[in-house]
Amino acid sequence: MEARGLVKRYGDREALRGVDLSAGAGELVAIIGPNGAGKTTLLSILAGIAKPDGGEVNVPQGEVGWVPQQAALYRRLTVEENLLLFARLEKHEDPRRSSEEMLELTGLGERRGEIVARLSGGNQQRINIAIGLLARPSVLLLDEPSVGLDPRQRARLWEFVVALAAERGTTVVFSTHDIQEAERYGRRLLVLADGEALFDGGAEELRAAVRQEAPEAAAQDFETAFVAFLQHRGH
Amino acid sequence: MRWLLLKDLQVLRRSPLQAALLVAYPILIAVLVGFAISGSPDKPRVAFLNEVPDDARVSVGEKELPKIGVGDRICERVECVHVKDRAEARDEVSSGDVLAALILPADLVDKINSLSTPVPSTPEVEVIVNEDDPVKARLVNDRIGALLTQANLVIARRIASEGGKFIGLVLDGGQLSVLGQAIRILGLGNTARILHAVRATMAPSPLRKSLDEVLRFTTLTRGNLGTAGTLLTRLSQPIALDKEVVNGSSPPLETFAIAVAATFTLAFVTVLLVAGSLALEREENAFPRLTRGLVSRSALLTEKVLLGVGVGLVVTLLLLGGLALFVPLRWDRFGLWLLAIVGGAAGLGAAGAALGAAAREVRAVSLLAFMVTLPIAFLSLIPAGTVGSGLNGVIEVITALFPFKPALQAMTGALDPAGPELGTALLHLAALIVAYGLLARFALRRFSAV
Repeated sequence: MEARGLVKRYGDREALRGVDLSAGAGELVAIIGPNGAGKTTLLSILAGIAKPDGGEVNVPQGEVGWVPQQAALYRRLTVEENLLLFARLEKHEDPRRSSEEMLELTGLGERRGEIVARLSGGNQQRINIAIGLLARPSVLLLDEPSVGLDPRQRARLWEFVVALAAERGTTVVFSTHDIQEAERYGRRLLVLADGEALFDGGAEELRAAVRQEAPEAAAQDFETAFVAFLQHRGH
Repeated sequence: MRWLLLKDLQVLRRSPLQAALLVAYPILIAVLVGFAISGSPDKPRVAFLNEVPDDARVSVGEKELPKIGVGDRICERVECVHVKDRAEARDEVSSGDVLAALILPADLVDKINSLSTPVPSTPEVEVIVNEDDPVKARLVNDRIGALLTQANLVIARRIASEGGKFIGLVLDGGQLSVLGQAIRILGLGNTARILHAVRATMAPSPLRKSLDEVLRFTTLTRGNLGTAGTLLTRLSQPIALDKEVVNGSSPPLETFAIAVAATFTLAFVTVLLVAGSLALEREENAFPRLTRGLVSRSALLTEKVLLGVGVGLVVTLLLLGGLALFVPLRWDRFGLWLLAIVGGAAGLGAAGAALGAAAREVRAVSLLAFMVTLPIAFLSLIPAGTVGSGLNGVIEVITALFPFKPALQAMTGALDPAGPELGTALLHLAALIVAYGLLARFALRRFSAV
């Protein structure tokens, strides 16, 4: 998956200013940055939901799984009904089998008959991701997938996502506010601020860049040092 | 599309309150309208107290007219609840059991008879009404006014008829009974004949000249009295009604009431369901996921309208089936019912889709649907000519832009051949389906905004 020079404007405001991003098979890319940095806009363009005003996106058509920040599923249907519906809409040859696979993958087989509204936020997010995976994507886009989850739920979610990349070779691009989460699960980190890409590289490279550009904060925790780094870059 | 339709039905099934309302609403409406139509009296209930003595007669001159039976005639036009006295009449009105109370006082006939005396009184009937409701008050006033006019007409006709007989007697002569004795009246015609015969035997003289003057007077009087007799007859009903129906016949009021009930049900079920279910796609964040390639926006809109048409059809047929228990319906026109319901539901569904695409949340959409549908439905029921021409024009335009009125016309036309033309109403609906479909499609663009 590759995107070059992406530009997106909302009126006079530039939400993205010439952002580049590429990711290979099985790679986990984290997009981090403060609120309004352009993370959701970038993912929306990659998902084909929003159109860029400039630049190019080169993603395999129909092979991108999109998991929005808010779980996009029907809360009055059961877990299984949701999976079956989207498997049918994805025109799977055997929707029941696909649904079973997703139930197994998410570990929600025993709760298949439960109404989604009664599940925890974490479990809803797992179904949300499972629905995204029903597209059998080679690229999975996750918009702040761990927001609102408790630490245990978060750990289970990431275990699941990392396994997808490792075992299925799925390219995973996710956005997050949480610098620790990005550092822990992202093999590559793209730092966005005010629509501008400030950094693209590994976690260690980011630490080195932070130490270099904000030495006064280098001794502090990584999040504080990262904020100092953003300030040095004028954000 | 069918999977989305199935999903929406599953969602509907999982909302027991909504599903129950969808079933209970038409049943309740059917029962209420059914009872109102079949159980309402054809004539308004009026408490009636007749204090006029049985032997009282209206008289013309010395002659008493036969019993007119005003009370009987009134009770032919209203459902009379006979009461003993004024207090009971007042209680009946206060409790709402009757629309009004009509009292014919004991001196009514005496006062009518006094009209031909040098000291006439004003005959009065008494009416007791409960005017806590302005609509009811107006209805009562109209009804009582009409009754009084009828009563006056009956008396006037009888007086005119008796007066005509007297004039005939003066003109042509005959027998008149006075205090039980028959008196022969010569009459002007016979008088003139005798005078002509006498004149023929007389030589020219001053007396014959005087006789000529008497003869001329007799001729003039006969002519004028003849005209007066005709006038007297005409006076009892000077204006006759000549009714010409311009725009075909109208269906019975019961059919129109059924059509109104069915269209109200169809409108609320369809508009709310389509608008709410479209807004739910956004509320559940499913819209971007669906339209990323799984379903086109147009297909999604079509699915929602089909959902509205399907549920609206079932609910409306349920309502009509319920109403059929109370009033006879033309089942031989069932095919036309289906056409009207499907056409109406599609039009209302398209409007619902446009409303659903205009708001983000189901609650906001439901409120919007109510705020739009309810006033327009009421405006559609205002008959032309009952408001000023300018306002009528505005109402015509507003109601033509929303599918309620054409849906009502289609329903009335389908239920009764005397109703509006079904084809025209369906064409109107087709135009609105296209217009609202385009509007909804345009409004859905806003759904995509991230």
